Amino acid sequence: MGVEGIGASVVRKEDKRFITGKGRYVDDIKLQGMTHAHFIRSPHAHAKVKGIDSAEALKMPGVVAVLTGQQIVDDKVGNLICGWAITSKDGSPMKMGAWPAMAPETVRFVGQAVAVVIAETKNLARDAAEAVVVDYEELPAVADVHAAIKAGAPQLHPEAPGNQVYDWVIGDEGATDAAFSKAANVVKLDVTNNRLAPNAMEPRAAIADYDSAEEHFTLYTTSQNPHVARLVLSAFYNIAPEHKLRVIAPDVGGGFGSKIFIYPEEMVALWASKKVGRPVKWTGDRTEAFLTDAHGRDHVTHAEMAFDANNNITGLKVKTYANFGAYMSLFSSSVPTYLYATLLSGQYNIPAIHAEVIGVYTNTTPVDAYRGAGRPEASYLIERLMETAARQLKVDPAALRRQNFITQFPHQTPVIMAYDTGDFNASLDAAMKAIDYAGFAARKAKAKADGMLRGIGVSCYIEACGIAPSKAVGSLGAGVGLWESAEVRVNPVGTIEILTGSHSHGQGHETTFCQLVAERLGIPISQVSIVHGDTDKVQFGMGTYGSRSAAVGLTAILKAMEKMEAKAKKIAAHALEASEADIVIENGEFKVTGTDKAIALPMVALAAYTAHNLPDGMEPGLKESAFYDPTNFTFPAGAYICEVEVDPGTGKTSFVNFVAADDFGRLINPMIVEGQVHGGLAQGIGQALLEHAIYDANGQPVTASFMDYSMPRADDLPSFKLSHTTTLCPGNPLGIKGCGEAGAIGASAAVINAITDAIGKNNLEMPATPDRVWRTIHAA
Amino acid sequence: MYQTTYHRASSVDEAAALFAKGSEAKFLAGGQTLLPVMKQRLASPSDVIDLGKIKELIGIEVSGDTLTVKAATPHYDVATSDAVKKAIPALAYLASLIGDPAVRYRGTIGGSIANNDPAADYPAALLALGATVKTNKRSIAAEDFFKGLFTTALEDGEIITSVSFPVPQKAGYAKMPHPASRFALTAVFVAQTKSGEIRVAATGASQSGVMRVPAIEAALKTSWSPSAIDGVTISASNLLSDIHGTSEYRANLIKVMAQRAVAAAG
Repeated sequence: MGVEGIGASVVRKEDKRFITGKGRYVDDIKLQGMTHAHFIRSPHAHAKVKGIDSAEALKMPGVVAVLTGQQIVDDKVGNLICGWAITSKDGSPMKMGAWPAMAPETVRFVGQAVAVVIAETKNLARDAAEAVVVDYEELPAVADVHAAIKAGAPQLHPEAPGNQVYDWVIGDEGATDAAFSKAANVVKLDVTNNRLAPNAMEPRAAIADYDSAEEHFTLYTTSQNPHVARLVLSAFYNIAPEHKLRVIAPDVGGGFGSKIFIYPEEMVALWASKKVGRPVKWTGDRTEAFLTDAHGRDHVTHAEMAFDANNNITGLKVKTYANFGAYMSLFSSSVPTYLYATLLSGQYNIPAIHAEVIGVYTNTTPVDAYRGAGRPEASYLIERLMETAARQLKVDPAALRRQNFITQFPHQTPVIMAYDTGDFNASLDAAMKAIDYAGFAARKAKAKADGMLRGIGVSCYIEACGIAPSKAVGSLGAGVGLWESAEVRVNPVGTIEILTGSHSHGQGHETTFCQLVAERLGIPISQVSIVHGDTDKVQFGMGTYGSRSAAVGLTAILKAMEKMEAKAKKIAAHALEASEADIVIENGEFKVTGTDKAIALPMVALAAYTAHNLPDGMEPGLKESAFYDPTNFTFPAGAYICEVEVDPGTGKTSFVNFVAADDFGRLINPMIVEGQVHGGLAQGIGQALLEHAIYDANGQPVTASFMDYSMPRADDLPSFKLSHTTTLCPGNPLGIKGCGEAGAIGASAAVINAITDAIGKNNLEMPATPDRVWRTIHAA
Repeated sequence: MYQTTYHRASSVDEAAALFAKGSEAKFLAGGQTLLPVMKQRLASPSDVIDLGKIKELIGIEVSGDTLTVKAATPHYDVATSDAVKKAIPALAYLASLIGDPAVRYRGTIGGSIANNDPAADYPAALLALGATVKTNKRSIAAEDFFKGLFTTALEDGEIITSVSFPVPQKAGYAKMPHPASRFALTAVFVAQTKSGEIRVAATGASQSGVMRVPAIEAALKTSWSPSAIDGVTISASNLLSDIHGTSEYRANLIKVMAQRAVAAAG
């Protein structure tokens, strides 16, 4: 490891511009002649749009246009799509309700756009929007999954009778029933996985610029995957052919999944830019973020786990209702199915699993992938079940887990996944040691003497990252491949540009990706730059989500580096009159091994570009690209334990300690990994204690601002104690598993297990607000 | 935000004159409520008259047994003032719990009590300590100042200039913060005046805003101790109930916070 190579906690290169206010976000961009869009959104959860009168608005100062849902439909802009096909157990395809970018006839959630005002300034657009009269005929609405599937419930889509998206199953039902019929003990649990609003720091934004001379569009947008955005806008929304559409995702202030999807606002901005002949800018405000960014989670589940007389797990049955909201968002169908039910084996040997997932439409904001996407729901369920089982079977929860751990790898679960490697005992050992698990009973007794309820909670999570290979995900219904691409350009003077299909919106790629180059070539990271987020600069790539950028994106860079290095070695060998096999790369030089003969990288690069003296038949230049498709998912895993104190007078939970022992495989930059874990834990703890996107029975959101929606703050969180145990991932040459989502996946079960241990009652829903905990303590 | 005209007043008289000239004028102090409401387009004042830079409205004074906080003094100044910490430490503590650091640097005591949010912190202190609100026209006892949700005794155009607190024998404040807004989910201020009167006020709990809690006052008269409150029952009727706290929970918090406030007062 060099000082800036793999494994070094290098300070982030990008932070200078971020912390000095020099970042360039979409809203910072101003184009000549730019107009501003303000959307007119439904105040109703379900209504017919009977008419839109924009006559008064059009007379107002600075108004350029008022455009409606009917116009966008008439112009044949495509309906929004869902890119992962799921088949119900009866063989029928999932039932997609039509979702136009602005509603021409029917609105199905509060915040759905029906029209847009384009004006000279943002404020004038807003003024005019107030003068547009929309005639709604209110319809009955439904927000809760159980209410939505009842006979007689308000129906959202003619395409989906009973509001059912699909009824999907996985696993062997017969084998599972057999296991339950022979079980010595069965543990049952009902859990709700609360709906969350993603709340990236930067709200979504878009600027669309149509060039009529070139018939070419440029879209600046807050995207985690600009190429996927271009593909979808081109192939499905009929905006323009791909070569006539450039998508730029500049600095992006957080995504957490919510910026994977292509939203109506981007589509409308592009379409409107052509219609008005000027650039159109839209920057969402926080209210729009709460109302329209795809939400996360929202599962209601009943699960049962069977044990034999020796407390070995023999079977698992799960039935989950997944709230999709009003429409199927881009990858929504995969989240409660292949990203959830395939992880239901957790870290345990479970011979038989059967899960059924029923997708349900409701009059709420659409739900899609949010940090962890399905895996937090699976991990929370399994780890709550294990804790419940330990209490019911009267055994130590850590020991029950340990007894059932998978210890032989590779391990084929009954639900598709083939775990490649791991050491679950090692991470549990590390976490138990870090929190002094053995000394807990004494601490609990002491706390009791002080009038406080102390509890400890374990969560042993496993997740699947770097979702792949493309052939496999294709066979499961994915509409895209899940590889990544990279290009290495060595400039004539020896500096290096890495072009990547991954997109950094907080992950630190501009540092970590350079560290790989520094490691391999022995040059400082200051000589390397990372180019991403622009479809005109970077070849097609798949973007950043699912903790895939290091495992997949960085491996693609490695593959391109290997090609580049092979060519550079040939050039060096030719210049040094040595055998190519004898060339080694050290400290930025190509050396003939065992001699003092060497040529520096800039000289090799210059030779490649002057082409005065290259080996016979060699093309000039030093630039290589690669596409990398992994052979399997990666499986980060770990153990989180937290110790809490609950105040019986107020129900308030305080953290005494929170320890995390993660196995992420190889770490490129431990400092950045630590930051990723901190952020993930904050979101997992936020879900457990604070966050909940709530609708009333009529579909009105009651938590659409930070005055009501509790985002975790620094003083809500403990100081985390992190550690790592390492088994290298055999599926990629760097041995990387991914670290972006683990905290959000593993933390919430640890917190609820700890609180329920403290209060001595097992049933407690998230978020465990002081009110809820106090009522649970004092319930009869 | 709608178009508005901003005025920076340099004296209370100038502010009052500017207000009289505006058709729908509003006073701006720290702007912690008015500005968000204006940004949401829920308020559309024709004129905004900024009181925050008027020198005579900023500062903290102790004179005999009276602590005076001038109206445009930000919460941060109250929280960190040695004079406040010495005279009424519970008041400095209360100010340190308001909102978050950004709110405390901008928000003012006058702005807070003029707004009279039913979950604001200061009203509990004013009521429990028997403070007097001074305006450019008169003096109003705290008892008569707060008139229910977001309503006060202030007349149109009347400007709060200061709040005077009698220094108590002892006082304490305990707050369960609202997890999202950091207003009081329920908070209780207890005070024992120098003449021996016991006054207890709760904020964040009642549907009608800040209120005295006679049952707890009576219990504390028998014995100034947390355990004296053990037997008190607080009715949940007429208490607020929302996603962050049921009325039963708030009733419990009134009692628990009162006990903790007494413990803190010593």
